[in-house]
Amino acid sequence: MSEKITITIDGKEITTDTEKKLLWVALDNDIYIPNLCAIREEERPYAGCRLCFVEIEGLEEPVTSCTQPVTEGMVVKTRTPQVDRLVKTSFELLLSDHRLQCNKCPKNKACELQKIARERKLKLKSKRIKHLERTFQIDDSPESFALDPSRCVLCNRCVWVDRNVAKAGCLGFSYRGINRIITTFNNVELTKSACTQCTLCVEACPVGALYFKE
Amino acid sequence: MNSTAIENNYNKLKARAEKNLGSLENKTVIWVGTATCGRAAGAVEIKKFFEEELQNNDLEAQVLETGCMGHCYADPMAIISKPGFPPLCYGYLDEGLVKRLVQDFIKGDDPCYEYALVALEPNDIFPTFEDFPRGLHEEKIILEHCGFIDPEQIDHYLATDGYAALARALMMGPDKIMEEINNSNLRGRGGAGFPAGLKWEATKKAEGDIKYVICNADEGDPGAFMDRSILESDPHLVLEGMIICAYAVGASKGYFYIRSEYPQAIKQLKRSIKQANEMGLLGKSILGSGFDFDLEVFVGAGAFVCGEGSALINSMEGKMGMPEHKPPRLAVQGFRNRPTALNNVKTLCYVPYIISKGADWFNSIGTPGNPGTAVFALAGKVANAGIVEVPMGTTLRHLIFEVGEGIPRDKAFKAVQIGGPSGGCLPESALDIPIDFDSLQEAGAIMGSGGMVVLDEDDCMVRIARFFLTFTQQESCGKCTFCRLGTKHMLDILTAITRGEGEMESLELLSELSEDIKVGSLCNLGKTAPNPILTTLRYFYDEYKAHIEEKRCPALMCPELIAYFIAPQKCSKLCNVCVGSCPVEAIYNRDDGLKAIDQEKCVKCDNCLKACPTDYNAVIKVSPPHLVKEMEEAM
Repeated sequence: MSEKITITIDGKEITTDTEKKLLWVALDNDIYIPNLCAIREEERPYAGCRLCFVEIEGLEEPVTSCTQPVTEGMVVKTRTPQVDRLVKTSFELLLSDHRLQCNKCPKNKACELQKIARERKLKLKSKRIKHLERTFQIDDSPESFALDPSRCVLCNRCVWVDRNVAKAGCLGFSYRGINRIITTFNNVELTKSACTQCTLCVEACPVGALYFKE
Repeated sequence: MNSTAIENNYNKLKARAEKNLGSLENKTVIWVGTATCGRAAGAVEIKKFFEEELQNNDLEAQVLETGCMGHCYADPMAIISKPGFPPLCYGYLDEGLVKRLVQDFIKGDDPCYEYALVALEPNDIFPTFEDFPRGLHEEKIILEHCGFIDPEQIDHYLATDGYAALARALMMGPDKIMEEINNSNLRGRGGAGFPAGLKWEATKKAEGDIKYVICNADEGDPGAFMDRSILESDPHLVLEGMIICAYAVGASKGYFYIRSEYPQAIKQLKRSIKQANEMGLLGKSILGSGFDFDLEVFVGAGAFVCGEGSALINSMEGKMGMPEHKPPRLAVQGFRNRPTALNNVKTLCYVPYIISKGADWFNSIGTPGNPGTAVFALAGKVANAGIVEVPMGTTLRHLIFEVGEGIPRDKAFKAVQIGGPSGGCLPESALDIPIDFDSLQEAGAIMGSGGMVVLDEDDCMVRIARFFLTFTQQESCGKCTFCRLGTKHMLDILTAITRGEGEMESLELLSELSEDIKVGSLCNLGKTAPNPILTTLRYFYDEYKAHIEEKRCPALMCPELIAYFIAPQKCSKLCNVCVGSCPVEAIYNRDDGLKAIDQEKCVKCDNCLKACPTDYNAVIKVSPPHLVKEMEEAM
């Protein structure tokens, strides 16, 4: 049973329910915390993008707000030098493996990466971290959309909707570490997989990896 | 509980085992160490040689297999116990030595003392392990029987009081066991040193219709082989610890999560589980106590990250081996969402001893807060590589220079790498640190599961850091940003430095990335991945600097930063060995008959240096490479 509690985020007192995760409480109260992989309906957060760090009074190190349940009297800061440093590094790392051609990207101006950069005043091109040059194949076999892995941030959102909402079971991860990609079973084209072309995954994608053709 | 029945059932098993073993008394028995380390050195052939030679000479002696006694440097090894002599241990065996031993010792009565390493029992003639520095410093608890019993026969284990602790535990009841384990202050031997009692308590208290016990035998650190050795040499000890743990926390099913690269250990475990089932030590109503417990072996597919608890569970459930955010802890929500006690192999091994000898005895060994012993796989540039067990609190210096007998070939000690890819490199100045979970962490390394690699003056610390980063980068699952991309960038920077393409600014970036990855990563693989870099930067900064500013590798190890040179004053006209050893025909005869290297062609394979006879030692390495030109001109 959830009960009403009060927490403080960046000096703002907020009344909310227990059992909620901090990230959603903040977002619902117009306090922005960068995030890519978070899914409200998921009980066990993926916690892979490492962008939603906050500092909580009493805890030594910053924590990811998507995994942090709120508790009575919790005092949260979304901007501290340590949080900003972690978010900056994480963001720069993600961008170092992201093909940056915003003007040619269908998600231009609707991209979560651009939003994070705007909100946190971060540069899309890092001065200190080298850009990784890699080549990927674009899969444009579906009628209305395409998958470009060179823009993918591996947030798992498309995999989640594919399995839990569309229940198609067509998308998944392949390979380990830096070689990890989103792909279909046996690495076949989307149209040759279990894909139903429901496009839910395209809507879930926070960046321009899965995009509508027109 | 029916205590008398349990005691009677156990005594019957033990009496039977002792009777079966009695047939070995007054007989000559040859024990060949056939754990993986022995096999790699040819122990299976050695066993065959013994059998053939005995048959050829019509001699009666039994040839048995045993595990690893930890002295892997002397493999293949055998123990010969002949009535009238103390059991004697022989190492470095080959076909000739086997023939000689059979002829002189088994047939005749000359034990060939010149080839014996030690005697295993105190006697007036020949020294025992205790007479050597290693024996003095070692204190064997969980390795006590490794290499001295036949792991394939449950009777051997039973005869050494095996499973007595289980019988005792079943009579004590779960609460008393928990009390004993809590009082013993036993800390998990998987690396982090989390108190085992707390872990068990949490599983015991957690609500669930079914509970599981899992033994984490996914030993994956490069250079670590303690768990393998124990599983191959004394598998029933681990089983006994598992059953006691299961009884204490109320689990009805247990699994061994073991990596597929350990075929010998898998075979041994499966056999042991079958034997224990047949003896009533597993299955329904163990020893008549009414407690049911089943064990199964789960073979992992070989990902390092699956040694991490939540990734291990995912892998067992048929999912991708990928860590999850914790909490929930496995103790509350583990395998199939049920409470699960996950323990390292060595942690479980201590359990039967703690139950038999008590928590006070366990606390009397080691240091307060870190009781018991530490088991290390000592490897690298150390004279006596192998598996050692020393009390916690022993200093690194004692372990390397007394137990391991120092660095071979008169080389100078440079560093010791502890804890594998999650650990760090400690220099000479840190050698007086006592070995325990807390002190090592303070120094920047970790206790880890027990890998210890000794490095000497010929090892380049930047390359060592790069080696471990290559490993973690390949083994990163790719789920979280810091580990997936951070380790890749760190590896790229290190690679550039070893090629002489590094910049001083990149060292700053390297430490910034290290600090952020340490805090920001999802699981402990990522959180500890920067440790090899952080410790080498801390203790060997000058080596990084030399690589970057002078393009010089002080250890003469980085191929891009060295060149080979043949010193004419040492070279001989009469020798052509290096010419033949060169795979790319870079070495030529000068007009005066001495040899020289065409630097354009040289691929720096090191063959000529190895091939040049020690009488000349004419091939030398120099760094930076341009020194060769100066040397040539100076001639």
